[in-house]
Amino acid sequence: MVTFWVTLLAVSILIYLLLDGFDLGVGILFLLPNSEPRRLAMLGAVAPFWDGNETWLVVTGVILWGAFPIVYATVLSAFYIPVILMLLGLILRGVAFEFRNRSDQTRWIWTCSFGLGSLLASFMQGVMVGGLVQGLPVVDGRYAGGIFGWLSTFPLLCGVGLCLGYSLLGACWLVRKRGGAVRDIARRQLKFLAIGVFIFLVLVFLHALLNHLPILHRWIDRPYLFVFPAISAVAACVLASSILKQNDYLPFLMVSLIFASAFGTLAVSFWPYMVPFAITIDEAASPHASLAFMFWGEGLFIFPLLLVYVATGFRVFRGKFVASRGHY
Amino acid sequence: MDATALLLSRIQFGFTISFHIIFPAFTIGLAAWLTVLEALHLYTGRKVYQTLFEFWLKIFGIAFGLGVVSGVVMGFQFGTNWSELSRMSGPIQGPLLSYETFTAFMLEASFFGILVFGRRRVPPLFYLFAAAMVALGTTLSAFWIMINNSWMQVPVGYVVQNGVFVPDDWLKIIFNEVAMVRFAHMLLAAYLSSAFCVAATGAWYMLRKIYLDEARIMLRAGLFLAAVVVPVQLVFGHLVGDYVHKHQPVKFAAIEARWHDEQPAGEVIIGWPDEATESNLYEIKIPVLGSIVASSSLTSKEVGLTSFPAQDRPPVLIPFLTFRVMVGCGLLMLALAWIGSWRIVRHTIDQSRWLLRAILLSFPLPFIATLAGWYTAEVGRQPWVVYGVLRTAKAMTPFLTTSAAATTLILFAAVYAFIFSFGIYHIYVLLRTGPGGSLSAVPAAATPNRPMSLADPKSVSSRKPQSSR
Repeated sequence: MVTFWVTLLAVSILIYLLLDGFDLGVGILFLLPNSEPRRLAMLGAVAPFWDGNETWLVVTGVILWGAFPIVYATVLSAFYIPVILMLLGLILRGVAFEFRNRSDQTRWIWTCSFGLGSLLASFMQGVMVGGLVQGLPVVDGRYAGGIFGWLSTFPLLCGVGLCLGYSLLGACWLVRKRGGAVRDIARRQLKFLAIGVFIFLVLVFLHALLNHLPILHRWIDRPYLFVFPAISAVAACVLASSILKQNDYLPFLMVSLIFASAFGTLAVSFWPYMVPFAITIDEAASPHASLAFMFWGEGLFIFPLLLVYVATGFRVFRGKFVASRGHY
Repeated sequence: MDATALLLSRIQFGFTISFHIIFPAFTIGLAAWLTVLEALHLYTGRKVYQTLFEFWLKIFGIAFGLGVVSGVVMGFQFGTNWSELSRMSGPIQGPLLSYETFTAFMLEASFFGILVFGRRRVPPLFYLFAAAMVALGTTLSAFWIMINNSWMQVPVGYVVQNGVFVPDDWLKIIFNEVAMVRFAHMLLAAYLSSAFCVAATGAWYMLRKIYLDEARIMLRAGLFLAAVVVPVQLVFGHLVGDYVHKHQPVKFAAIEARWHDEQPAGEVIIGWPDEATESNLYEIKIPVLGSIVASSSLTSKEVGLTSFPAQDRPPVLIPFLTFRVMVGCGLLMLALAWIGSWRIVRHTIDQSRWLLRAILLSFPLPFIATLAGWYTAEVGRQPWVVYGVLRTAKAMTPFLTTSAAATTLILFAAVYAFIFSFGIYHIYVLLRTGPGGSLSAVPAAATPNRPMSLADPKSVSSRKPQSSR
């Protein structure tokens, strides 16, 4: 039962990362100077998806609370400021989709709200991941670091890194979903972003080495972890060649693969901890009565339905979107 | 533990959830109203029902979207500000809220898509079925929320192990009497909210002498429904009062501003409870009525606040006042609904401009009543977060500081004020414009994942999926 829920949790987080990753990324790219028709084309490329994508954050949240309440309580309270800034960022960017089209004079407000909201939410997510990797001060199963206990160089670095990563994913999505100038610009950004992410990864690795982050020992204990960087390396090569060959389809898949293997790396190096080196999966798990209650309804029936629902949504809107003339 | 941070956290939770509840309270009833409209359209074949359906579907879209956006926050605030509560009650509250999320997504998201796109693509009966499923989804959402909150009011079906609430009887947690009565009370409140909004819209058009056919239908539907629902709601309100009387006597005493045991007890109609002197200023009191209200008896002894230790008493002023505001709104709604219905039956409603104006201005009443009722329930539960078991002060994130809590509260207030004023403005514009516009012209960009897009005057872009690549 515990394994079942930890798997579902991991699947939900991964789906969230990939799906909301690209639309947050498009939001960040929105901040770069651009013309109005191109901006609308960018919005159009994520508009049918963003809301469904964000629901996976809620799904992740409620699974975490129901199945692993101690982690929910510890992580959300430890990251008090980042969580709330992330939520506010998500609200600001979410409503911008709707309000931007209804406003003429105030359009710039919603342009900023969409871009900065996306940037804020992405940065805070990166900070939280970085904070977890670095390790939270936990005493007797309770977080003991205070309101700013997570604040240090490494999490901030990870915040920047995730913004770059999401932007890369967003640029790939635009290349895949759009044509014309929007795609060409995204192609150019793609190169810089890919190099940026690569530099970031090197920096993170160096930082981890220099500061002797305990998570590094995992790599020595568990050599099979090197499978993930190997996958990433292959994906990165395919990505590079597909950028050079101007393939529109592959970059998104490859970057998704890199994200998935990065997530896999973290998940496996955390195992069996949920909050590294403080709270294990078994310690965090709800009593059997709670897990079973969730399993027999939502786990067994509704979760698979949600997956089908996402797949259907993406199938309906597959292929490149073509903007019709004069519709803006 | 920081006392100011505690107060600020409570205000933050109250503020964000108050903003949130307005939208579900509206959409639950609206979804049912849409289902009824579609059924009438199918049954009578009259075009006007379809016109109304399309019109209210747009408004449903915006309200639903704002409800979703503000709802995301709720799922995380338990963890950020109330980490001790979420740690202890996670095994019970977590699964309940996860069912809320899962069932709501399943029913609302997928069938809402059919409502938006499906008019011409699915058989009419299936379209009606989709409307009913959206209504069921919003209702189930409310169901789980009420189960969750009722467990905090009257915790049942659990044992405490290692400082954690472990569920040992889910049936008892879900299907206990308190939860059922409160669920019905909330559901009826939601129906009243929609009924008054629909009737107010009808009155508005009638005053402006536009869309008269639609206006008559809306007035009739809203007022007739309210005329029946308000009395039923009063009965359920009384039943809710019974559970408070039985399970939370100190809350009951606070609502009644009854400081000392009385036999038979009087009923304070109005007054100003003063906690310092443990008495009421400017009190108007009717003898014996208190016993009748509480125990349906002329002689019963009713317990007063001073029979409980001071640290177990809730604040008195807020529950006392909010309860009276709620009942006052209820009685006003009853009067409007009955007078209006009578005028409709006599075909004289359009002759009375003062009544139409009153109906137009009455739309906030059910929302005020809903919020006031919730404040009564939640403030009256203090100083407990899980009644009788876990104190609110012990439930808060222990290291939360005043400055952090104040910062986030100010940010929430600013962002919410900003976005909700835009949202409500857009609903207002839609209502003012009326159902005229283009019928059944659903913007191409409207999608199930993006409910608010339904109401776009011009869509983001029209997109036609082409064969891939």
